[in-house]
Amino acid sequence: MQKSLHINADKCTGCLQCEMACSYEHYGVFNISKSRIKVFEFHLTGKKVPYTCTQCAEAWCLQACPVDAIRVDVITGAKVVSEDTCVGCKVCTISCPFGTINYVQDTGKVQKCDLCGGDPACATACPTQAITYVDSDWTGLDKMREWADKLGNQSGAN
Amino acid sequence: MSWAGKLLRVNLSKGTCQSEPLNMQWAKEYLGSRGLASKYLVEELDPKVDPLSPDNKIIWATGPLTGTMASTGGRYTVVTKGPLTGAIACSNSGGYWGAELKMAGWDMVIFEGKSPKPVYLFIENDTAELIDASDLWGKTVWETEPAIKTKHQDPQIRVSCIGRAGENQVLYAAVVNDLHRAAGRSGVGAVMGSKNLKAIAVRGTKGVGNIRDPKGFMAATAAAKAVLAGNAVTGQGLPTYGTQVLMNVINEVGGLPTRNHQDVQFDGAKDISAEAMATPRASDGKAHLVTNQACFACTIACGRISKIDETHFTVENKPQYFGASGGLEYEAAWALGAANGVNDLEALQFANMLCNEDGFDPISFGATVGAVMELYEMGVLTKEQLGIEAPFGSAKALSYFAEITANGVGFGKELGQGSARLTKKYGHPDLSMSVKGQEFPAYDGRVIQGIGLAYATSNRGACHLRGYTIASEVLGIPVKTEPADTQGKPELVKAFQDATAAFDSAGICIFTSFAWTLADVAPQLQAACGEEFTVENLTTIGERIWNMERDFNNRAGFTHKDDKLPKRLMTEAAKTGPGKGTVSGLDTMLPEYYKIRGWDKEGRPSEETLKRLGL
Repeated sequence: MQKSLHINADKCTGCLQCEMACSYEHYGVFNISKSRIKVFEFHLTGKKVPYTCTQCAEAWCLQACPVDAIRVDVITGAKVVSEDTCVGCKVCTISCPFGTINYVQDTGKVQKCDLCGGDPACATACPTQAITYVDSDWTGLDKMREWADKLGNQSGAN
Repeated sequence: MSWAGKLLRVNLSKGTCQSEPLNMQWAKEYLGSRGLASKYLVEELDPKVDPLSPDNKIIWATGPLTGTMASTGGRYTVVTKGPLTGAIACSNSGGYWGAELKMAGWDMVIFEGKSPKPVYLFIENDTAELIDASDLWGKTVWETEPAIKTKHQDPQIRVSCIGRAGENQVLYAAVVNDLHRAAGRSGVGAVMGSKNLKAIAVRGTKGVGNIRDPKGFMAATAAAKAVLAGNAVTGQGLPTYGTQVLMNVINEVGGLPTRNHQDVQFDGAKDISAEAMATPRASDGKAHLVTNQACFACTIACGRISKIDETHFTVENKPQYFGASGGLEYEAAWALGAANGVNDLEALQFANMLCNEDGFDPISFGATVGAVMELYEMGVLTKEQLGIEAPFGSAKALSYFAEITANGVGFGKELGQGSARLTKKYGHPDLSMSVKGQEFPAYDGRVIQGIGLAYATSNRGACHLRGYTIASEVLGIPVKTEPADTQGKPELVKAFQDATAAFDSAGICIFTSFAWTLADVAPQLQAACGEEFTVENLTTIGERIWNMERDFNNRAGFTHKDDKLPKRLMTEAAKTGPGKGTVSGLDTMLPEYYKIRGWDKEGRPSEETLKRLGL
């Protein structure tokens, strides 16, 4: 079963545990500026929204890379950057419609979410289940269940 | 390690920024944040210095766990000699700024002297420079932060700054970061203003990468987070209701100081409680509370984000206040509400927003308004002097006062001096509900005996965060003690004070202590910093910090005569509630407390005590 990161922004508190877990997993350091998942705070509405790569089926970044540095991990389905191959041309950062692949000055390469090889550190670290790792074909399952409960419980519903 | 290992020393008179290695011996003895910054302050500062003079110093400090995955590891403190009290001041804040400073590679920043013109400090990793802030002077906190981000073309900069209250040296001005998190108490913002220092803007991209035992640290922090999640207070109560969960609880135990401590229960408590915040309003059908919010690394998320009623009189034609904003937290809701007899939730939110926007402490402000309202009812202060009729319960007066305080307009200038100076000026010093010049927070010290002793002996003036015995006396954490009992309270207060100093100095939030003891903190510090940070050592470190602060205050001129509560709490018995008829038993508890502390009868640490603690 292929799995996907599933984000429920309503549950996000803005603690940034996910960002620290991401940077620790990939660089061995707590450094939110190196995180591949980013929490955006919209202070006028109070909304906090974690955002990262959705692992597009037909990935623009992968298509755009002139040196084939982005490959599909066959087990997780993640589009993974090979740092050995990446030349830091940044074309992928332009092609990605969502902005979730970015250049890293320190390494001279790009970085993006790689699903941590199938055990995403951000999902493990999230204290509120705003980020979960679920069956790719059923990312809507929880929401469906919620609505089913809500509507199915209405007495006299017809 | 997990300390960055260096500090930044900024001489504002000369305009210089210099890097210094952190004194690692002191780091081991005083941990970080509150303890370590206080150590630097007491070593470098003449205790008799005028707090608002260029000779005072002010320090922003993180702890060893700041900027890590330890839950709540995002705290920083601002340490200086406080202008409200004249005692050592240490105010603690959350949000994201502290972690950003640590990730830029600095444990602390020490400011000396006074800049000849307004400046702000900009730190980008290893580089630091003072930049002209003439264009920012006069701006609010809410204007300053975006202005700096725009100027540097970097939305990820974090800003710790003062608003107009700090500039105008309101004696309880706060330092505010991330728009509505504040190092709120004791007037640290006024010291910043006195130095012509508007803001510290930080961008840190280096991170914290020197954890001693990373795998052990991840395991220890995960285990500690599980403790928080499983605890009724930190896992359910605080995330759901915030600190405001206390409003009805404290009212029921008859410990909610009301109308300048004339009463201990407020009939309007329910109108300004957590439950009220979550109930849809009659006017627009929306609840006041929008969501909760965590500070950096916090897995509790007690913060409240609310929206004011757009039809409320306070914000008529003021759309700038319509957005979601911080508050209400319990202490602010109490000080702006019960302390003044005001039960208008929206007026409280408005006043609270102004406290954040202009940078001043809602506790001291609200309590000062309470004293003013009492003086008004007595006929000592008049409508002509105040600019408004100000009986207890007047939401209009509260809102008006909040608008004139930061700028020192009219009577606002006097409000900005705090209740001790104000009541003295008008001939009724006994009506200031304060210790050492700092106003009480939201628990009545005559009904809840332990907290009364904690207030009287707090090193920064009346404060609940220096020894939160409410945990034991009301909530039963770690063990239930009776609020009315004086016996055993000196020991309880000492234990809370020492442990709190250790929590604060680690760089974590004291709210974790609803669920954690030092036995939960020690494994995290041991994995991060070194094996020597055992529970026993942390307890000693806490006690060492407490005595160091006390010794500074003694040398600043404080004596046992300053460890006192206002006459009202000593002689006017509680009129209602479970504690009806009681007054503070401070006279019984204080000598015992000194004895347990190893202090002489004048409240000075004995030679033996100082020696035992390595002071």
